[in-house]
Amino acid sequence: MDLTFTPEEEAFRDEVRTFLSQKLPARLSDKIRKSQHLTKAEMEEWHAILNARGWLANHWPVEWGGTGWSVMQRFIFETETALVHAPRVLPFGVSMIGPVLLKYGSEAQKRRWLPRILDGSDWWCQGYSEPGAGSDLASLKTSAVRDGDHYVVNGQKTWTTLAQYANMMFCLVRTSTEGKRQEGISFLLIDMATPGIEVRPIKLLSGDHEVNEVFFTDVRVPVENLVGEENKGWTYAKYLLTYERTNIAGVGASMAAFGELKDIARTQRRNGRPLSEDPQFAARLARLEIELENMKTTNLRVLVAAGAVAAPTAESSMLKIRGTEIRQTIDDLMRRAAGTHARPWIPESFEGGWNGEPVGPEWAGPVSTHYFNDRKLSIFGGSNEVQREIITKAILEL
Amino acid sequence: MDFSLGEDRQMLADSLRRFLADKVPFSVRKTAAFEGAGWSRDIWGQLAELGAIGALFDEGVGGFGGSPFDVAVVFGEIGRGLLTGPWLAALQAGQVLGAAGRTDDLAALIDGTAVITYAEEEADTWFDPAAITTRATAQGDRWVLDGAKTVVAYAGSADRLLVVARADAGLSTFLVERDAPGMTVRDYLLVDGGSAGDVTFAATPATLVGEPGHAGPVIEAARALGLVALAWEAVAVMDALRDQTLDYLRTRKQFGIPIGKFQALQHRMATMALEIEQARSAAINAADRYIGTRVERERAASAAKATIGKAGSLAAEEAIQMHGGIGMTWELAMSHYAKRLVMIGHELGDEDHHLARYIELGHELEQAEA
Ligand SMILES: Cc1cc2nc3c(=O)[nH]c(=O)nc-3n(C[C@H](O)[C@H](O)[C@H](O)COP(=O)(O)OP(=O)(O)OC[C@H]3O[C@@H](n4cnc5c(N)ncnc54)[C@H](O)[C@@H]3O)c2cc1C
Repeated sequence: MDLTFTPEEEAFRDEVRTFLSQKLPARLSDKIRKSQHLTKAEMEEWHAILNARGWLANHWPVEWGGTGWSVMQRFIFETETALVHAPRVLPFGVSMIGPVLLKYGSEAQKRRWLPRILDGSDWWCQGYSEPGAGSDLASLKTSAVRDGDHYVVNGQKTWTTLAQYANMMFCLVRTSTEGKRQEGISFLLIDMATPGIEVRPIKLLSGDHEVNEVFFTDVRVPVENLVGEENKGWTYAKYLLTYERTNIAGVGASMAAFGELKDIARTQRRNGRPLSEDPQFAARLARLEIELENMKTTNLRVLVAAGAVAAPTAESSMLKIRGTEIRQTIDDLMRRAAGTHARPWIPESFEGGWNGEPVGPEWAGPVSTHYFNDRKLSIFGGSNEVQREIITKAILEL
Repeated sequence: MDFSLGEDRQMLADSLRRFLADKVPFSVRKTAAFEGAGWSRDIWGQLAELGAIGALFDEGVGGFGGSPFDVAVVFGEIGRGLLTGPWLAALQAGQVLGAAGRTDDLAALIDGTAVITYAEEEADTWFDPAAITTRATAQGDRWVLDGAKTVVAYAGSADRLLVVARADAGLSTFLVERDAPGMTVRDYLLVDGGSAGDVTFAATPATLVGEPGHAGPVIEAARALGLVALAWEAVAVMDALRDQTLDYLRTRKQFGIPIGKFQALQHRMATMALEIEQARSAAINAADRYIGTRVERERAASAAKATIGKAGSLAAEEAIQMHGGIGMTWELAMSHYAKRLVMIGHELGDEDHHLARYIELGHELEQAEA
């Protein structure tokens, strides 16, 4: 066993660093560093920069525009981009619908949709959850009824992340009410501009607008937008979830955030000494660091063993649980580090162009917002309770 | 031993509860919490009329309560109703005014005509008054202040500020008019609603309250009562979170049954309920020991804050988690209770601060006994 980087991996890391230092616009990384919201155009701008280098959909097969990178290379890329505050690659196209189409899509669908993900023509959103179907996703009711060359879709999705920007949705719909519930679900690609679709914003507790309700009234979807076979959508949906969960674990991003936390602990003083020398805080920090180091190895171990981009079902659940717990602990310590300065809330400060004075140290401004907003990590992508159920059954066989 | 609140306090609790439930629905309180200065002076005035502010102070100084259990009742109802406003600041400022015999100023605070906030915390003090650097200088029989305070409750909408500053003789307290020359206030909203401000003083005229150099013990006792208040507020917020979450577990169905039937959630709910009862006991202990020796009082206050810090973040996080996506929304009252609870953790010293303080006070106690 050897966990050190090979010379090739070192060289790759340098290549990524050089690319980032040359191509990442400071305008974007400044915003990320200040926790300011990127506009739609800014997110697209970063995708375009990565795409120009051929690194956007880096885990796709080379013939479809991927890179052929190893697990380690992808990990290096994820970590390095997070360290310099590069925007996150949006998962919906590249890491959700992309892999599904690659595995289950028709040749025509691949040729039609995959290039549009790369060149930014389409912004996808995920239409899984409904008001009555969250953890019990298979109980979804939004219906699609065949009518000639179209499906007619009626119903409602909810919690749809960034649907306000999306022009396409991959959507789970019910095409049969007979037999097992899982066997009556189909996977449809829906153009958000189709008449009968209405998107309504949901405001999160942190004040952010990132999720929406989406209503469908007699929405006509061409049958060629059915992925795979009718009533087989559950299989595709679950495959997508393994990608989603592996992605949510976000180990690279947590490593970058932990580095910042450690810097803060070294510089922020509390009762005459740095926080890192406060016995209580130092113990919290040390436990977190140990957990993160362990997680880094668990993550690579699982992915290397799987020889795949996404971990298998039960393993992806493990990564999702511990990865999100670690991220939430980082947020928790950040807010604790800020003391009284975790309390002020200046909503304008999250918008680009805000140049006001921070209250207390600059890093303290967004800590509570992150803490509350990231409670979502243990809820979405299948709640951590549901992940534990999966582990219980699939690995432990209890 | 008697764990009942007594008839008078129960009446006060009932009347505050009825007023908040009937006269100012939650939606009104929530809107007020995030608009303008983040509170309603009108509601404040009406509650003053009901005796909510007077209950915080002793009869000897013009109040009609003042026992830690009176304070507990008022802050319990504030927590239950998730009400914003300068309650804690008024409690601390009023204690200092009362101790100095400034009954006229206190009377104006009690009847709601003057809002007096409390300015102790500075950017680098971390709740340690020994680190206060705001200077007070005597000029003949007048005083001026120089320095800066941070996250001063409702600094922008208070009429006066009770400021803790360092004079040659040591820590002292002063009253400063809101429009005093040389003072700036920068206002902002808070994560859990309400507002605060950063305040700077440059040769700002101030009126001495009490004797110069004698403020240390007075502000320490005022803070201990503030900790009692926050502990009771936090317990009430936790009670609300528990009830709201229980309701949700009973009504939300997934997999064809109420989610409260899943043992994974049942045990978590049981743990949360247990933690809340421990927190309630800590709050009772803190109120009870308030009239004991200094070390007893301070240890119980720190114990309560350490307890509600731990129980509070657990209850807030669990309540959100067990609600699933809906628990993440602004729309739901629950999420605002959760935010309040976590933010209480950041007032008057956090869990870690009070744990360390508890240990330190324990050493003092042992030395005193030896
Ligand atoms: C910020 C955010 C963004 C999201 N983005 C998207 C998106 O883009 N697209 C999309 O389709 N969905 C999205 N979701 C929805 C998300 O996937 C669901 O919220 C999640 O699946 C949980 O469902 P629910 O909210 O209905 O909670 P519920 O399923 O009602 O769960 C409530 C609680 O019960 C627990 N529970 C449920 N069943 C069990 C069980 N059997 N055993 C033990 N505990 C159980 C849950 O863990 C949870 O704690 C998003 C959610 C959030 C918060």
